[in-house]
Amino acid sequence: MEMETRMKKRIRVEANTEPSESPFEVLSEEILFLILDLLDSNPLDKKSFSLVSRSFFAVEARHRRSLTPLRPELLPFVLSRYNSISHLNLTLCPYLSDASLSSIASLLGPSLRSINLSGSRSYSHRGIESLANKCFNLEEIDVSNGVELTDEAAAAIGRMSKVERVRMGRCKKVTDLGIGCIAVCCPNLKLLCLKGCVGVTDLGVALIAVKCRKLRSLDVSFTMITKKCLPAIAQLPNLEELCMTGCLGINDKALVTLKQGFKSLQALDMSNCQNISQASVSSILQKNPSLHHLNLSYCSPVNSMLSGLHGVFKLNSIKLDGCHVSTDGLKSLANSCISLKELNLSKCSGVTDEGISVIVAKHKDLVKLDATCCRYITDLSLAAITSSCASLVSLSMESCTKVTCEGFRLIGRHCPKLEELNLTDTDLDDEGLTSLSQCQNLTSLKIGICLKITDEGLIQIGRSCPHLQELDLYRSIGITDKGVSEIARGCSNLETICMSYCTSISDESLKCLSNCARLNTLEIRGCSLVSSVGISAIAARCCNLSKLDIKKCYEINDAAMLSFARFSHNLRQINLSYCSVTDVGVSALASISCLQVVTMLHLSGMSADGLAAALLMWGSLMKVKLHVSFKPFISPVLINRVESRGCMFQWLNKPFQVQLESSEVWKQQSHDIFVE
Amino acid sequence: MDQKQRSSFTYPPRNNSPKESFNPNYDYPQFNSQNRTESPYTPSQFFNSQAREWDPHALLSNLSFLEQKIHQMQNIVREMIRTNEGQNCNTSELTAQRQLLTTDLTSTIIQLISTAGSFLPTIRTSLLSGNAPIPQLGSSILSASSAPSPSAYQPNPSPDYEELTKGWGENVVESAGQIQIEDLDVKEGEDVGQDGDTLPIGSYEVLQLEKEEILAPHTHFCTICGKGFKRDANLRMHMRGHGDEYKSPAALAKPAREPGSQPIPVKRYSCPFVGCKRNKEHKNFQPLKTLLCVKNHYKRSHCEKSYTCSRCNTKKFSVLADLKTHEKHCGRDKWLCSCGTTFSRKDKLFGHVALFQGHTPALPSDEVKGKNEEINDKDDSGGVGYNDGDEYLDMKGGYFSPMVNFDSFSFEGLDEFSRTTFDPTENSFSFLRSGSPDFARKDPGN
Repeated sequence: MEMETRMKKRIRVEANTEPSESPFEVLSEEILFLILDLLDSNPLDKKSFSLVSRSFFAVEARHRRSLTPLRPELLPFVLSRYNSISHLNLTLCPYLSDASLSSIASLLGPSLRSINLSGSRSYSHRGIESLANKCFNLEEIDVSNGVELTDEAAAAIGRMSKVERVRMGRCKKVTDLGIGCIAVCCPNLKLLCLKGCVGVTDLGVALIAVKCRKLRSLDVSFTMITKKCLPAIAQLPNLEELCMTGCLGINDKALVTLKQGFKSLQALDMSNCQNISQASVSSILQKNPSLHHLNLSYCSPVNSMLSGLHGVFKLNSIKLDGCHVSTDGLKSLANSCISLKELNLSKCSGVTDEGISVIVAKHKDLVKLDATCCRYITDLSLAAITSSCASLVSLSMESCTKVTCEGFRLIGRHCPKLEELNLTDTDLDDEGLTSLSQCQNLTSLKIGICLKITDEGLIQIGRSCPHLQELDLYRSIGITDKGVSEIARGCSNLETICMSYCTSISDESLKCLSNCARLNTLEIRGCSLVSSVGISAIAARCCNLSKLDIKKCYEINDAAMLSFARFSHNLRQINLSYCSVTDVGVSALASISCLQVVTMLHLSGMSADGLAAALLMWGSLMKVKLHVSFKPFISPVLINRVESRGCMFQWLNKPFQVQLESSEVWKQQSHDIFVE
Repeated sequence: MDQKQRSSFTYPPRNNSPKESFNPNYDYPQFNSQNRTESPYTPSQFFNSQAREWDPHALLSNLSFLEQKIHQMQNIVREMIRTNEGQNCNTSELTAQRQLLTTDLTSTIIQLISTAGSFLPTIRTSLLSGNAPIPQLGSSILSASSAPSPSAYQPNPSPDYEELTKGWGENVVESAGQIQIEDLDVKEGEDVGQDGDTLPIGSYEVLQLEKEEILAPHTHFCTICGKGFKRDANLRMHMRGHGDEYKSPAALAKPAREPGSQPIPVKRYSCPFVGCKRNKEHKNFQPLKTLLCVKNHYKRSHCEKSYTCSRCNTKKFSVLADLKTHEKHCGRDKWLCSCGTTFSRKDKLFGHVALFQGHTPALPSDEVKGKNEEINDKDDSGGVGYNDGDEYLDMKGGYFSPMVNFDSFSFEGLDEFSRTTFDPTENSFSFLRSGSPDFARKDPGN
């Protein structure tokens, strides 16, 4: 941004002099390229740069390598300007026809190296074929979510002989035949993602393993593979990363009987494999002592993981979310690993103070610890953690309800390197928060549903944590404008803030927050005091705003929508249910060129005709949630038309509910659910 | 024919009369071909002269041939008696004579059977009532020849039919000296799976049927009219037609095993084809479990494949059920490789592709056509208001969709439509049908 303003000043200077004597013409292209190399943080800077002069415009066009276009219809013009693009990300173009793809192929040709089509629909194998014919240097292609793609498309990918990275998650119609074509024709394949390709079986995966010997990363999550293809995969000489999430065909027998292999494997993800147990885990670890990352989340609902583990392993990170982990298990894990850096025990039943103490006493280098919902741990655990793990960077203790204020004070005192802290739904109070303000490197602080905290603690955070980027105050009802303004003043790097159901928040907070120029996500659901005035201030000054939730802010009306339409050119997602917005406001929103996801339920002033008109011109819309009562009033022709543009309709039938529950009642209810 | 005697006969297991164990309806061409290969010394014109229709001249010539043969054998036996009485017996000479006698006997019996086979179907009733049972004939010959066969597998020393036939087979081969006993690795198919439970050798009784019996279409015959049946139950039902005495519940009931008799030993079957892995002489003998296994094995491995698939005209089968199974998927599940090779199974194709460099699985070509049509349909479904899409497509050089119109629309267009549609009396979306061609042609530049 600084660069931008400086440039603009110079433009003004330039306007007064002769254009031929422009100082910018002196700069050689190499120097301009170097400048451009440094301008990567904010996309708007490059825009300003290109507006300096004709030569700058041309240089910027030549310099640019990656592009994320918003509108496919503008692609011919954009690509004729940027004709040396090598990375094209089309995720924001939901409607992309085969014709568009063949146009891209002929415009970019051999310069294209990578293309991402994962957010697009309505293209078919013919589009991919045209890419294969003309972009013969293509190394990476992402056709994930192409649920209509067939084996023909896979065969077309197979024709790209230089392709190294192929992602085709959720291509449900692709079968072994298509995978076979890729396997045979792409010997350079290094990465393949087949997540959720339910048509692919052992045959296809085994063929991949036989033919693509350079494969480094393979993702076969949520496929129908069984133990039959495992021996082939195990023989891959360079495989470093294997992801088998949710493969129900993989069981203990498959893994235990596997004799050799996986020699180069470093990361293994077996989360949600319901049919494996402790036996598999020990056999995997004993066969691959060099394994660094292991994910066993949600693996065994009944069996106790890790107990009886022995050996010496080089594991850096292990994720055991949702497993039953006993104290013995944690002990054997502590004894058999050399140095753990990352440990996830989120929602693990059976984690006790003793288990945590054993782990942290042995592994003092622990960087990340996730103990979400380990409801039995107390201040003793925190004392152990804080006394041994001085280098802890990330700590999550959401819903650890037995930890008291004393424990939080220890965190503040002993963990100066802490950057991420999640204390949602705990007994945190102002005293603890004041102590936490000693962690001056905090970038993310989540203190939602802490009913005891007030402005007093938050002011301390605002004063001493200048790097804070993310703040979550969801339902922390003690917070008012005073605390938020202190945050806005002290944490100018703030990008994400959630103040939903903090009912005391008013326009004043938003006016202060508008100073945080990097703000991109704002959630103020249920803050009924906020009006269009406050939100307009945000719209006018936070030009990076991309995600907004203003549900049940009844005071917000069309005026705010008009200011969004005017200023918020980066707005991607909005929820404006229950706002006092009419047809005018909705039409204004429809003119925002990149607004893609909209939820509009129970808008007081929106008519069916207004909605229809807005839908008709809303070219960027990808997903819209509407109340089902509108459905009969919208012409099916119109719905078809909008859908063919790549938009998805979701018709909800939620009852109209104005009354907000008080946060105390809400918290009590959520705890009651847990007790049951 | 009392019950005990019957039980000693191995085929068929529940036979009513030994003479019916001989099948009069065997398949002539197959029989001929088998004989030609197994017993080459047999005068081939003898069998070739047999016609499908019964020919009295042929029968007469066959009988006279047999008569001649029996005379020859009588001479040999007389010679043997004389040498025995002379006490100066040369053992090697004696063995040679015995062998000669056995082969002659065997061929005679075979010829007798085949002759009878050609004759029986025509005048079944009279013949059956008048003829002596063939096994008895066989045993009398056997005793006369005084050359008992080794009974290695048979605990029962009584000369039974199975024993007899085995003896023939061996001697035929020995005397012919042309067929080598070798490891014929015959593909067994389903049979292998059927006798998966491997019994220890000797714990079961091995039975071997003659090929005529195996190939017989019927195994149960009516003693009155001679009609054949595949199942004993069907025969019993048939018998009701021959009189009231067969209608009693006792006659209709399944013949029960005698309560006093010993438990029937486990039976396994041997293939009569010498050299086959399923033959009991084979060193890695694998017995067949049931009669059905024997039938299917013998047909699949040692018979001509006479059933041809009418669809592909290439696949041939010797068991009708195999043909039917094949026809179910013939021509449908074709897994094709880029080299042109077709496979009936996907895993076979993938094995092939994995083995050879550069071979890819080929996609079925009809998929492409279907896809194209689908896309065309989709494009047409845009509705009446978008008919000018083609025009637009041409303007844009065919690259981008007609939807550009709507994407680049802005407020002025909207206002126009708001006015027309906000009228509550009208159909809200009439404009989509009437007005939208205009709408689409509006200048998108504003």
